[in-house]
Amino acid sequence: MMADDNSEQTKTAGQMPAMKPVVDVAAETAKMETDKMWVIMGPQHPFSHGLWTLKIKVDGEIVTDAEPIVGYLHRGWEKEAENRPYPKIIPMADRLCYAASMTYTHLYCMTVEKALGIDPPDKAKYIMIIADEINRLQSHLMWLAAVGTDLGNFTVFLWAMREREYWMDMNVRLCGARMTTNYPRIGGVRNDTPELFDRDIIRCTEHFEKAVWDIIGLIDDSSIYVSRMKNTGILTPEQCANLGITGPALRGTGVDFDLRRDDPYSNYDQIDFDVPVLKQGDSYARYMVRVEEMLQSCKIIKQAMAKVRALGKNAPYRLKVPSNVPAGRHFAKLEDPRGESMMYLISDGTDKPYRLKVRSPIFVNVSASRELCMGCRIADVPAIMAMIDMCLGETDR
Amino acid sequence: MPMVYSSILDWVNFPDIMANPYYPFETYNLPYDISQKLWEIIGGTIAWLINLLFPGNPVSEWLVCDMTVNFFALIIFMIVVFLVVFIGILISLWEERKVLGRTMDRRGTMVGMKGFLQCVADGFKTFMKEDTQPRKVDRMTYMWTVSLVIGTSMLIACMIPLSDRWYVVNYNTGLLLIMGLFALAPFFILVSGWSQNNKYSLIGGMRAAEMMISYEIPMLILIATACLMAGTFNIGGIVQAQYDTMPYFIPQCIGFVTFFVCANAEAERTPFDLAEAESELVEGWQTEYAGMKWGLIMLADYMRGYVSCAMITILYLGGWNLPFIGDLNNYVPELVFLLKTWLVFFAMIIVRAALPRVRTDQILNLGWKVFMPLSIINLVIVLLLKMGGVF
Repeated sequence: MMADDNSEQTKTAGQMPAMKPVVDVAAETAKMETDKMWVIMGPQHPFSHGLWTLKIKVDGEIVTDAEPIVGYLHRGWEKEAENRPYPKIIPMADRLCYAASMTYTHLYCMTVEKALGIDPPDKAKYIMIIADEINRLQSHLMWLAAVGTDLGNFTVFLWAMREREYWMDMNVRLCGARMTTNYPRIGGVRNDTPELFDRDIIRCTEHFEKAVWDIIGLIDDSSIYVSRMKNTGILTPEQCANLGITGPALRGTGVDFDLRRDDPYSNYDQIDFDVPVLKQGDSYARYMVRVEEMLQSCKIIKQAMAKVRALGKNAPYRLKVPSNVPAGRHFAKLEDPRGESMMYLISDGTDKPYRLKVRSPIFVNVSASRELCMGCRIADVPAIMAMIDMCLGETDR
Repeated sequence: MPMVYSSILDWVNFPDIMANPYYPFETYNLPYDISQKLWEIIGGTIAWLINLLFPGNPVSEWLVCDMTVNFFALIIFMIVVFLVVFIGILISLWEERKVLGRTMDRRGTMVGMKGFLQCVADGFKTFMKEDTQPRKVDRMTYMWTVSLVIGTSMLIACMIPLSDRWYVVNYNTGLLLIMGLFALAPFFILVSGWSQNNKYSLIGGMRAAEMMISYEIPMLILIATACLMAGTFNIGGIVQAQYDTMPYFIPQCIGFVTFFVCANAEAERTPFDLAEAESELVEGWQTEYAGMKWGLIMLADYMRGYVSCAMITILYLGGWNLPFIGDLNNYVPELVFLLKTWLVFFAMIIVRAALPRVRTDQILNLGWKVFMPLSIINLVIVLLLKMGGVF
C-alpha cells in the first residue's frame, strides 16, 4: 500500500515541470526513513474486553496489518469435560460464556439429548426459548455498553448496563442466579417458571421496548457516533464465507441466515419472528442488526410466554434420563448471540464423554480482524472490534 | 528621633492603597487590597512584638514601610489569586462529577459536603502514591515538559481577570498574552510524548500537534472578530463594550457556537480528547506519568477547561456584568463571572455526556471545512455591522 502511494506522489510531482520548488518533496520523501511500527494492544488494554491481544502494524495513523492473539484464558475446558459425568458438565458449560451463559448450557444439553435420542417436553423447550432470549438480550446489552466506552462515551455504557439489570432480575426470577445459572438439564429444565413470572417478564419486555430507544436515540441521532461506525470494517459475503464468520456480523453483510429460523431447534419453528438483515457490511450494519435482534427477542419472549401459559401449570418440564450415553458421534448447533456455536460429542457408552469439542463463533470471527482493520485508523480499531463482541471464556475455553 | 509606638493599633492603620508610591497597578485592585491589609495585620503584629522587646528598633519600622508592605502584599496577592482560582476549579471539578453522574443515572461522588470532599481525597491519594518513572525515558524532557504544561495552565488560569477590580495584568494586549500561553501546551505535549519511550504516548503527542493546527486558526479568527467588534484587545474593554451595547453572543451567534466547540478542543475535553483517547491509546501522552504528576496533569486539564469557559464568558457572555441591573453590578462582579463560567462548563459537561470521541481525520475536516468558513462568515457579519454603524 505504501509503495503505491509513493509512486503516485512521484507521478504528480513529475507532472509539474514549470514550478521549480526549493525542496524537491518527492526526493525528500523517498530519502526519509519512515518506519511502520507494531503497536501491541493488549492483553491489558482498555479496548480488549477480556484477555486478548491485537497486534496492529501502523503507518502513522493507518493500520496496515493486524494479528489477533488469543489463548490467555485457556483452562483446558474440553479436557476437563472428559473426566466428568454428563450432568456435572452443566455447571461447567455455564462458565464458557459469562455474558450469555445459558445458551452454552442449552447447547450442551441439546447435544446429549441428541445422543440419548430423547425429546424434551414442549414446556421445557419453550422455557428454554425464553431463557435463551433473555440471555441474548443480556449479551447484546453488554455489547451495547461496550460500544459506548469503545467510542469514548460513558453514558451509553451506564444506560445499557441499567437496562441489562432488569434482564438479570428476570434471570434471578427464573433460576435464582444472575450470571452462571445452572438451569437447563439433560431432558428438560431444572424447575418450572415461578409464580407470576409471566406477569414480570411481560412487564420487563414492555419496559425494555420503550427504554431501549433512549440508548438508541443517543447513538443514532448523533452524527459523530454514526460517522465513527459507517464505512469502517467492511466485510463482503464472500469474505464471510471464506473466514467462517457467523451471527450478526454475517447478517450485516446481507446474508439472510439464522439457525433459529433456517435450522430450528427447541420449537423455534412454532414462533413468528423476523431475521434482521442489512447489506452494507460495515460496523454500523452490524450495530443495527444487533439492535433489531434485541427488539425481535422481546417479540419471541412474549410469544413463548403465551405458549408456556397455554400449556398449563401441570405440564411436564423434565424427563428422567439414564446416566450412561450410548456410544456414537453427535453434533448440535445453536444460534448464540455472537454467531453459531456448535458442540461435537463422541461418547463411548460410559457416563463420561470420550471427547467434547466446542466450536466458538468468536474464535472464528476474531480471525477476521486483519481483514476488518486493514486500512482503517487506530481510532477505528476499538470501534470495529467492538462489533465482533469479544467473549474470551468461549474463545479460549 | 524615632516615634514611640505603644500598641498594635499604631502599626495597623489600613491606609489607602493607591497612596502607596510603590503600588504596582494603575487602577483599584481588590485582591491586592486584601493582601495589603493582611500584611498590615501580620507585619504590624510582628513589628509590635519586636517593638515590645526592643523599643524604637529599625526592623519594626522596616516591616511596615511602604516598600516592604508592597513586597509582602505581592506575595500574599499571588496566594490569594491562586487560591480563589483553585477553589473555583475544584468547584467545576465537583460540578462535572455530579452533573455527569446525574446524566448517567448515578449519583456521582458522595464523600462529604455533597461529594465536594472527594476532590480533597483524590488529591491526597495521588499525593501519597508512589512516583514511578520508566527506565528508558528521557528524564529531562519527561520532567520539564509536564512541568511546563502544568505551569502554563496554572499561569493562564490565574491571569484571567474575574472583574475590573480583580486582575493580575491589565494592559492593552492582555487577551493576546493569555491566548499565546493557552496555545503553548500542545508543543510540550508533543515533546513529552516523544520523550516517554512509549508508542501510545508518541501517537498521543502527535495527535495533540495534529489537532492544534485544526482548531487554533478558527479560534484566533474568532477572537480577532470579538476584538474588532469591541475595538480593543483589552479584556476590560471588551467586557465594557458588551455592557454598553449587548452581549456578543447575540450578534455573533455563529461565532459563539463555533468558539464553544473550539474551546472544547482547546481544553481537550471529550469529543476532542484524541491525545489521551483511552479506548485505543490507554492514556495517550499521559500513559507513563504516575502519582502526583498525573494528579497535576488532571488538575491542569480542568484549569484549561476553566480558562476555555472564562474566555467564552469574556468574549460572548458579557464578562462580569449582568444587563439591566445597572449599579448593582458593582457588588459582586467576581461571583457573577464565576457563575457564568460554571454555566458554560455545565454545557461542556452535557456535551461530554452526550457525545463520543471524534477521529483524527474528522477533526481536521471539521477544523478546516466547517469552523474555518463559519468563523470567516462571522467575521464578515461583524464587518458589515461595523460598517453599518450598529456597533
